[in-house]
Amino acid sequence: MNALQRLFRFNGGVKPDYHKEPSTHLPIAVAPTPTLLVIPLHQSIGGPPRPLVKAGDGVLKGQRIGDADGNVSSAVHASTSGTVVAVEMRLMPHTSGLSAMCVVIEPDGRDEWVERNPFDFRAATPTATRDYLRDAGVVGLGGAVFPSHLKLNAGKQGKLDTLVLNGAECEPFITCDDVLMRERADRLLKGAAIMREMLAASRVLIGIEDNKPEAIAALEAASAGNIDTTIQVVAVPTRYPAGGAKQLIRVLTGIEVPHGERSTDYGVQCFNVGTAFAIYEAIALGQPLISRIVTVAGNVGQARNYEVLFGTSMRDLVALCAPLPDTDRVIMGGPMMGFRMPSDDVPVVKATNCVLVGSQKLFPQPPPEMPCIRCGECAKACPADLQPFEMYWFSRARIFGKAQEYHLFDCIECGCCAYVCPSRIPLVDYYRFAKSEIWAREVEKDAADLARDRYEFRLLREEREKQEKAAKLAAKTAAGREKAAAALAEAEKPARTPDEEAKHALIAAALERAKAQKEQVHPENTGNLTAEQRAEIVAIEARRAEIREQAKPHLRQDD
Amino acid sequence: MLEALLVMALGAVVLGAALGYAAVRFRVEGDPLVEKIDAILPQTQCGQCGFPGCKPYAQAIAKGEAEINQCPPGGEEGIHKLADLLGREVKPLSAEHGIEKPKSIALIDEQTCIGCTLCIQACPVDAIVGAAKQMHTVIAKQCTGCELCLPPCPVDCISMEPIPESVESWKWRYPVVRIVPADKAAA
Repeated sequence: MNALQRLFRFNGGVKPDYHKEPSTHLPIAVAPTPTLLVIPLHQSIGGPPRPLVKAGDGVLKGQRIGDADGNVSSAVHASTSGTVVAVEMRLMPHTSGLSAMCVVIEPDGRDEWVERNPFDFRAATPTATRDYLRDAGVVGLGGAVFPSHLKLNAGKQGKLDTLVLNGAECEPFITCDDVLMRERADRLLKGAAIMREMLAASRVLIGIEDNKPEAIAALEAASAGNIDTTIQVVAVPTRYPAGGAKQLIRVLTGIEVPHGERSTDYGVQCFNVGTAFAIYEAIALGQPLISRIVTVAGNVGQARNYEVLFGTSMRDLVALCAPLPDTDRVIMGGPMMGFRMPSDDVPVVKATNCVLVGSQKLFPQPPPEMPCIRCGECAKACPADLQPFEMYWFSRARIFGKAQEYHLFDCIECGCCAYVCPSRIPLVDYYRFAKSEIWAREVEKDAADLARDRYEFRLLREEREKQEKAAKLAAKTAAGREKAAAALAEAEKPARTPDEEAKHALIAAALERAKAQKEQVHPENTGNLTAEQRAEIVAIEARRAEIREQAKPHLRQDD
Repeated sequence: MLEALLVMALGAVVLGAALGYAAVRFRVEGDPLVEKIDAILPQTQCGQCGFPGCKPYAQAIAKGEAEINQCPPGGEEGIHKLADLLGREVKPLSAEHGIEKPKSIALIDEQTCIGCTLCIQACPVDAIVGAAKQMHTVIAKQCTGCELCLPPCPVDCISMEPIPESVESWKWRYPVVRIVPADKAAA
């Protein structure tokens, strides 16, 4: 640790009970491969990937099964080898309880890898490296699952001042980054070195909350043997949400990224430590992102961290930890920012940092919401320096424009305001409601603008076509008149000259000859017939005439 | 007396000239109110309001020739927005112009389609592609759900399909805290 590193502080924040200790006793275990993997195609921010496999296909571990849809998207891979059973809609690990397209794989137990080749990012162009990471499915593993290749861009200046690696892990119960730093510090640092080179960053700061001394010691030990002295491990004070990207950047560098701007414009970029490890695996080992470390904690007999293949059911994972009998819910993420799952039979995805098992005893039903007493505690606790009570009033009253004026979209939904609220108002629920309503309106407005443009263009086109038709008609009438005038002029012309008379005679004679020739030729199929055939033809004709006679009254009826 | 009259007359002439100049120099092309109303309307171009499109309806509202409750796709929210903009009273949606339906898009049954192009001609936003005696199909992203393609179809192969909710389009519900009676909560 660099003693000279000056630290800054962010406003607000809370100090909840951490409950981190139980899941750090045991080392990371590899969760067993389940009997069925349900891998959602859409696991990152951006466009949903297109499926590359169909039911019945055999897949290998690490084989790409979903192709990134455009650049703002990320690929998805098979977590193990086996057979694709179906590509169908399955329940998603999402609060809505809705389904989305998933690839269902039945593992064959061989766990056979595709060919893995390390990627020489020094020889490749930055764009090629980013494309490689996109196809390796590397996304931010802190929980927001933003495609990492989009962030590995040095910005306008072409170089960065500081690369921040986020190992703060401030949310209660979650320890997946903690154990990763303890057990895989060397590989994590190799990943950090790759990222530093890609971003041309002058220094790397690894921010870790000071309640994780083991992780800090492990990283320092690993970096001591490292020649790269630009990497510094910094202990930051433990206060929720020190692990928010903007909050950690502020604590480490003192830079406050203003509303609507990017941290790269200020020479800083922030990644989760898990992402650094995933980048190391993708670049140095050629392994796409197919698993992650997941904390299983809460209402269980033995909390622990597991290395879990994506697509493993949370039910299977929780079963490994001896859940207590009064378990009634599964939460993805922590108690502050996590989402309650519609069922425990949903797959672990790239965003799953923690499977928090809950019960009525552990997380009791909050008492009913009371009116806001305007105490201002929420504003004091807000780490984004917002005025939560103002946003609450406007969100509650559905005055979304005003809520946006109070920078609703700068809210990181950390839950500090709801945590301190003496009236127990579920403030974040109101913000989430307002945000999704505003997004839906934006989508509607864009659709309306598109429809307006297309409608106006159609009117324009119809008008143009009408004019073109009128012009054509006018031209035709004019041409007709000219022709008539020409014919009239022809008739009034003087009699033909003898020369022309002779030509006409020649043409007339030729036409006459052609006519005579045509008359001489008979159709072949009725010539040279026997008497029997002739009789047959006559009989057929008679029958036809008869049928026609019979059909006549019917035809008339139809008319 | 005369002096006062002259001063007033001079004042009137100067101000009149200034106003006349401003009327020419700062002339506003088009009616800005129509634009504002048009921005609120959903641009479905369905004609349910009785006007041949959203813009004509906006013009009619601006002139005071139409009520603000004639747009079923805009729904109750649209009526509220128009009422706010125009300072008129909120009215329930006029039943004779239709009812508010969930947002849908047209779907052509491609097995039944005979390729008559009548729906293509009816679509106000050119969202149907196809050619004579060729199968037609709807560009889902551009369909406004106006239902204008339904009546001209001679084989009734077009149906309106409500847009299903997806994980991406799902909205957080308005927070409602369930209140449990004290005796039950205790038990």
